[in-house]
Amino acid sequence: MKAIKYASIVCITCAILAGIAIPMVPQPQSWLEFPIIPGLEDKARNIFFHVPMAWSSVLGFLRALYYGFRYLRTKDFDYDIKSVSSAGLGTMFCILATVTGSLWAKFNWGSFWNWDPRETSIFILLLIYGAYFTLRSALGSDEVRARLSAVYSILAGLTAPFFIFIMPRVIGGLHPGAKGDTAGSTPVAQLHMPPNMRVVFIISIIGFSLLFVWLLDIRVRAARIEYQLSKKEI
Amino acid sequence: MNVMVSIWAVVSKDIRSELRTRYALNALLMFVVTSVATILFALREDEVSTDVLSGMFWVVIFFSAMSGLSRIFVSEEERGTAMTLQLVASPSEVYFGKLIFNCGLTLVLSSAVTVLYLVVFPAFIIKSAVVFLMTILLGSLGFASSATIIAAIIAKANTKGTLYPVLSFPILIPLLMTVMKSTTRALDGDSVTAALSDFQILVSYVMIMIAGSSLLFDYVWKD
Amino acid sequence: MESGCHPLNPITITAQGLSKNFNRRAIFKDVSFTLSSPASLSITGKNGAGKSTLSKIIAGLISSTRGSLTYSIDGNQTGIEEFKHHIGFVSPYLNLYDEFTALENLQILSRIRTASRQQNERIKELLTLVGLWDRRDDFVGTFSSGMKQRLKYAFALLHNPEVLILDEPTSNLDADGIEVIKKIILEQKKRNILVIATNDKEEATWCTQQTPIGAKQHPGI
Repeated sequence: MKAIKYASIVCITCAILAGIAIPMVPQPQSWLEFPIIPGLEDKARNIFFHVPMAWSSVLGFLRALYYGFRYLRTKDFDYDIKSVSSAGLGTMFCILATVTGSLWAKFNWGSFWNWDPRETSIFILLLIYGAYFTLRSALGSDEVRARLSAVYSILAGLTAPFFIFIMPRVIGGLHPGAKGDTAGSTPVAQLHMPPNMRVVFIISIIGFSLLFVWLLDIRVRAARIEYQLSKKEI
Repeated sequence: MNVMVSIWAVVSKDIRSELRTRYALNALLMFVVTSVATILFALREDEVSTDVLSGMFWVVIFFSAMSGLSRIFVSEEERGTAMTLQLVASPSEVYFGKLIFNCGLTLVLSSAVTVLYLVVFPAFIIKSAVVFLMTILLGSLGFASSATIIAAIIAKANTKGTLYPVLSFPILIPLLMTVMKSTTRALDGDSVTAALSDFQILVSYVMIMIAGSSLLFDYVWKD
Repeated sequence: MESGCHPLNPITITAQGLSKNFNRRAIFKDVSFTLSSPASLSITGKNGAGKSTLSKIIAGLISSTRGSLTYSIDGNQTGIEEFKHHIGFVSPYLNLYDEFTALENLQILSRIRTASRQQNERIKELLTLVGLWDRRDDFVGTFSSGMKQRLKYAFALLHNPEVLILDEPTSNLDADGIEVIKKIILEQKKRNILVIATNDKEEATWCTQQTPIGAKQHPGI
């Protein structure tokens, strides 16, 4: 775990420094310069932060779903602790991703929200997280809460293929990479980022993923202690 | 075919119970009438596009469904008969019986809303009847397939009424988006082939949700 | 009393280390017993000790937090989904459908369970036994609690269960009702398995085995 902590700090710091500090020039000469992408220019730096956050929020949901599934199979309460901790982190990253995405949308397309498929998807993920926690708070007993929220997360996961695959193809969108977007689509859609940008991007993704693992570990340990303290014997 | 008879026995129990108490039907139909009336007052003689009309059509159906589809499980829990049902039927018999009931209820609901819309909104002209009928059919099945298991979930919760739409909405979004598009096509007079991709999505939605729900139902139903 | 013409299956119910927690509090721990027909078990304890919970667990309605419960018919282990049709359950928590008549309740529930319609003879027999034949066309919603309790017995015995689990067997019953129940219990004890959960010391003696649960717990016999 120590290694993960240090690695994540290093990765994210590098990503922040590189992402913000490295200048963007039309004809990059050295490794420490990014090319300008027509249509995006400096705003492309958002890629280094917004995308990993969105990715982490999806990761949080998938983990919550996986742990929920394991709970249903084993009835081991520890899985429920992990599930709810993942979901909590996922919600936090989802909010961050929505906010960073929304700010970027304002600068890029002029308004904070446009209902383009990717924006809609992250909003739906936020709704799912909200529904998950609302359900949990409405259930009285530990066992029922763990069981039913696991079922709900799996149900929500079942609808995911529809969001991921069908909507962006069917409804044209503003996001880089969606149907109908010619300029500015290259970096994300085909990962045709120049190698130096790609490196920073991957470092950022790794950094955020490790951060997720670290934070999850803290939350799970705290929750376990709280659970042990509150157990009552006959 | 004992299982089929048992499933049908569950359905018929719910139908008979509903006909005697009119609990869900009353709520549904009153909701439909009041929401259509509200929309009517809001629009008056304004020209509305087919997009908006089909959107509002499904909004009415969504909220009406939310007021009526949870009855099959909530009434069992609230009156303490869930245990009785658990003693006589296996979880899948209960699930499929309730699912069939809800499919029927949603079909009644969407037919009622269709008739009301045809009467009340002159702009609501169904140019492509086949597309419309397929949409209503698949959309109703889709609603029932998700709403039934969510109803089973909230029946065990403390704040059932408000929780139901909160949980159902995210799950129903793919259905709603597709069905609204398909209804717009029906109002615009598109051919069946144009709507085929929508129907494919709807059919796969129904299949996935029913398959998933039937597998997960055991965990919801049995404590 | 019972039509008695179905073959009797020797039943065994084995419980091993059953424990139930609710919201981080343990309700009971380590309950074990073995019942092989004919056998009877009474579950005793103070209010809140978990008697109703244990009876629901044995009836297969809720699962235990730890421990195992196995059912076998004729030596073959059976899962709860098949075994549930060999169990009759009466409990204050059980309710029948208020919007249906007594007769309809039994017909509908019987049809769901057995997928057949030919239960009318048996229904008549049982309703007469519990003294509700005259009230068969009245809605259960109009019944007194004592009448509902009698109807619950009719429901529990409908399918000739080899296992009868009674939570508070005589609650709400008048003297006549109690007499009827005693007869039913005697019949059941002769060849089948009977489980009673009760506060009443006298009722507890109706059974040969006893499992006290609660603060001072002893392992079952």
